[in-house]
Amino acid sequence: MNRTPLLFLNVIIIATCGLIYELLAATVSSYVLGDSITQFSLVIGIYLSAMGVGSWISGFLEKDLAKRFVEIELAVAVAGGFSAPLLFLTFAGVSYFSIILYSLVFVIGALVGLEIPLLIRILKDELDFKKLIARVLALDYIGALVASLLFPIFLVPKLGLTRTSLVFGLLNAGVGIWGTWLLENLINKRDLTILRIKGFIIVILLLIAFIKADSLTSLAEDALFVDNIIYAKSSPYQRIVVTKGKIGYSLFINGNLQFNSFDEYRYHEALVHPAFAAHGANPKRILVLGGGDGLAVREILKYNSVESITLVDLDPMMTQVSKSVPALGELNKNSMQDSRVSVVNNDAFIWLDNNQNEPFDIAIIDFPDPNNFALGKLYTTRFYNLLKAKLKPDAAIVVQTTSPLMARKSFWSIMKTLEASGFYVKPYNTTVPSFGIWGYALCKLQPFETPNKPQENIELKYLNEKTFASMFEFSGDTSLPNEEIEVNRLDNQALVRYYESEWRRFE
Amino acid sequence: MIKFTRREILASFLGLPFALSACKSNSENVAVAGEIVGANVDVGHILREMRNAEVPINNWETVKVAIIGGGAAGLSAAWKFTKQNFGDFVLLELEDKIGGTAQSGESNIISYPWGAHYLPVPFQENKELVALLDEMNLTEGKKSDGEIIVKEQFLCREPEERVFFKGRWYEGLYLHVGESEDDKNQLKAFQKEVDFWVNWRDENGKRAFVLPVANCSNDAQAIALDKISFGDWLRQKGFTSERLFWYCDYACRDDYGLKLDQTSAWAGLFYFCSRVRKSGEESQPFITFPEGNGKFINFLHDKIKDKTRLKTVALEIIPNEKGVDIIYLNVETKEIRGLRCEKIIFAAPIFTAKYLIRDFKTNPPNFVKEFEHNAWFVANLFLKDRPKPRFPKDFPLAWDNVLYESPSLGYVNSTHQKGLDYGAAVFTYYYPMCHEENARAKLFGLNHQELADIVLTDLSRAHPTIRELTEKIDVMRWGHAMISPRTNFMWNSSRDEAQKPFRNIHFAHSDLSGIALFEEAFYHGIRAANEILKAETRA
Repeated sequence: MNRTPLLFLNVIIIATCGLIYELLAATVSSYVLGDSITQFSLVIGIYLSAMGVGSWISGFLEKDLAKRFVEIELAVAVAGGFSAPLLFLTFAGVSYFSIILYSLVFVIGALVGLEIPLLIRILKDELDFKKLIARVLALDYIGALVASLLFPIFLVPKLGLTRTSLVFGLLNAGVGIWGTWLLENLINKRDLTILRIKGFIIVILLLIAFIKADSLTSLAEDALFVDNIIYAKSSPYQRIVVTKGKIGYSLFINGNLQFNSFDEYRYHEALVHPAFAAHGANPKRILVLGGGDGLAVREILKYNSVESITLVDLDPMMTQVSKSVPALGELNKNSMQDSRVSVVNNDAFIWLDNNQNEPFDIAIIDFPDPNNFALGKLYTTRFYNLLKAKLKPDAAIVVQTTSPLMARKSFWSIMKTLEASGFYVKPYNTTVPSFGIWGYALCKLQPFETPNKPQENIELKYLNEKTFASMFEFSGDTSLPNEEIEVNRLDNQALVRYYESEWRRFE
Repeated sequence: MIKFTRREILASFLGLPFALSACKSNSENVAVAGEIVGANVDVGHILREMRNAEVPINNWETVKVAIIGGGAAGLSAAWKFTKQNFGDFVLLELEDKIGGTAQSGESNIISYPWGAHYLPVPFQENKELVALLDEMNLTEGKKSDGEIIVKEQFLCREPEERVFFKGRWYEGLYLHVGESEDDKNQLKAFQKEVDFWVNWRDENGKRAFVLPVANCSNDAQAIALDKISFGDWLRQKGFTSERLFWYCDYACRDDYGLKLDQTSAWAGLFYFCSRVRKSGEESQPFITFPEGNGKFINFLHDKIKDKTRLKTVALEIIPNEKGVDIIYLNVETKEIRGLRCEKIIFAAPIFTAKYLIRDFKTNPPNFVKEFEHNAWFVANLFLKDRPKPRFPKDFPLAWDNVLYESPSLGYVNSTHQKGLDYGAAVFTYYYPMCHEENARAKLFGLNHQELADIVLTDLSRAHPTIRELTEKIDVMRWGHAMISPRTNFMWNSSRDEAQKPFRNIHFAHSDLSGIALFEEAFYHGIRAANEILKAETRA
């Protein structure tokens, strides 16, 4: 049997696999660590140098070349095949992710570097050296082209990163097993059997992983983010991801969009300025609950009367990200660095319960939507009563209150809860394209006129006299529904149940 | 003493199949920090040794009233005295900590209970208890129908309960997931039976089941329920649903420390009926605190701290013509002292009377042996972080977290009511030893590591990481945790007999209700105090 053409086919497959693993590692790392230029550059550099190390090591292998070759194929199948799932899983679980990443890149690179020299030496008896080198290298580079075309056009969109990795692991394992037949006469019988058994076990493991890939990828945000990730980290409280897309930056917490830089000013102007308009006098002491992104603070700092801003946000990582990720610092105009801002990292419920503070003139309450009980408590009568005790008698507050269109009962349940806590409430809403129709509550502790314009001399992009007044109008499909709506209390958590049933419709 | 292997212990406490798999998968049992807390005093030993103790002549003092026992009943009596400006009393408590089974502990994470941990909002008719809640500033006015309004932060925060079944957590205590039509119908039929008794009134308009037990009707139709066990009652009514039986069994273990078939049907229905105003209404909501009923204990105790003597055990109570003499021992200093009292309130468990009251020692009244107590252990787990949900759809951590397949009652999360939803937590784990023969001996035969291992192995079915998360486990062994309302006890005459004053000794303990609840202890404390105060005003 002339096995030479088949061995050349192996070269193409090996070359394709090798480049795919390199691309996978670079993609995964820029995906989860951000900064794709650095990641691609480092991964390619380490990979190629490791290949050099592999080639150099091949010089020390003397005996049983065919057996070694098959073993290396199987090793690549394991290291490469499981590389993407392993990287995703370790990223979710460990802090020394980059060490694992670069070690893995090095190991795969070194193994791939061993392949071609060994294959050349195995084939050298079949062909003359000139032809051999020419063909092997040509096929090697063609394999690279195949890989680089397949990867973005077919593999990533159709298979996703995890499955791509596993499929190429299977190809490598296939080459290894196939090799035990092609090179049968070069390997002794006992070794052949062992190699075949090993090979089949690896194939089975890869197949299992391939079938279970969905549960592996649910950990990774494979399908979730369309845009490039520039920051991603998990704190004990939540997972924070910042992406950069065509129209700007987005911040996600646990996969839920918090803002897009394209239209966040609509949301934050609507969140902050009605409180100042309703307060009127010169508000000095401002309380911000939630809002660790610093964007509400940016709006608040437009008022010269403001002397201090106390920002209470659960997660130190969130308030840190707002300072240290340049894109966010630029967006919030470095408001988190302002000397008037003091940051407290605590659960606002506990903070209000435990601390005595001088009362505040304005409070801006910008919590995530009440999609769990821990957040639900921040929308209860108990919470608002605790808050009341920290406010001056003429204080104004605004609460973000989810979408009156998507979660109509939830929205009105919050209004009722605020009223039940002794606030006079003016519900309002606006349109934020990234979110949809969004709702807020403007409240004071005494009856008040609905403000009809923002304060003078404040620079605004979205709000003007017309839009300001129109925010307090509700359409037929967002107004108070004609049915009983419960007040949200600690001992009923009615809001979480409304919210869950309303948003579930869109999942 | 016979020593048991780990497998034998786990099999005995958690069931053989589970113990086998636990021993297989987790062969090494790593030591965990913590200790056995609570009274270390071997009272039986002391009483035997000090049988004929003499009080030095200078060690006698005179006080009008002594209260024996610093649990909820004794403290309630003291509270009543203080409210009525009667101050000539002392309170003796054996342990170094006040509160009996309602005591609590403190940590830098949060305070936590060692036993009783909630109080259903009382009906307005329970005026004395309502007055206590008002005084504690737990209420904010009354509803239009006169029922009290308890402040939101003291009512058990949602989510209240969840149950773990076959690998997943579900909302609520009754297991709805996977129930059949028949299960649903039986639950409805059971609810109908409960409704019948909720609405039932005797010819004097008295309810069959209400708190305190003293106000329940003694009509023959109602008390006939005491003649059979709750299990038999369910079967007689044709119930077969496994999950309904589990639900009722859990109720009995939770409130009485007894199994379904050990509990009087009267007591079983009492659990379901006594806190519902009328059929169709929700059961009264729970008042709770991180430290459980320790909140009440500490409030009551704060006012009479100067009259409290801890670590003192009464050796003998001697009724005489002038009143009652008490010989007591300070277990720390070993000093023996005497008290000459006019009257005493005996607010200790009734079974101890036969060791302490001179007349009872030789000739104990018949009722004493009717008062049987059951054994429990309670563990507090100090966690550096709370277990993460294993499945996205798992119902999240609640106040009360129950394992369907476990003989334990699961655990209560102390940080829940405070609103602490992240990071470190204290879980209080309850285990009533109603499945055990010789429960008390078995309980005291186990050391800290063995008890901690039972707790961790049990909880690991729901929380595989519990061992890594747990920094410390303290365990309290309650040899006589609570009175057992077993079949035919509630309405035989012993409770009536025991409640009658013996010479100048007035009895006050939840034992006298047959049901170990704070409301009952409180009722008897107030009643005994009133008996004495009334005699006082007459004099």
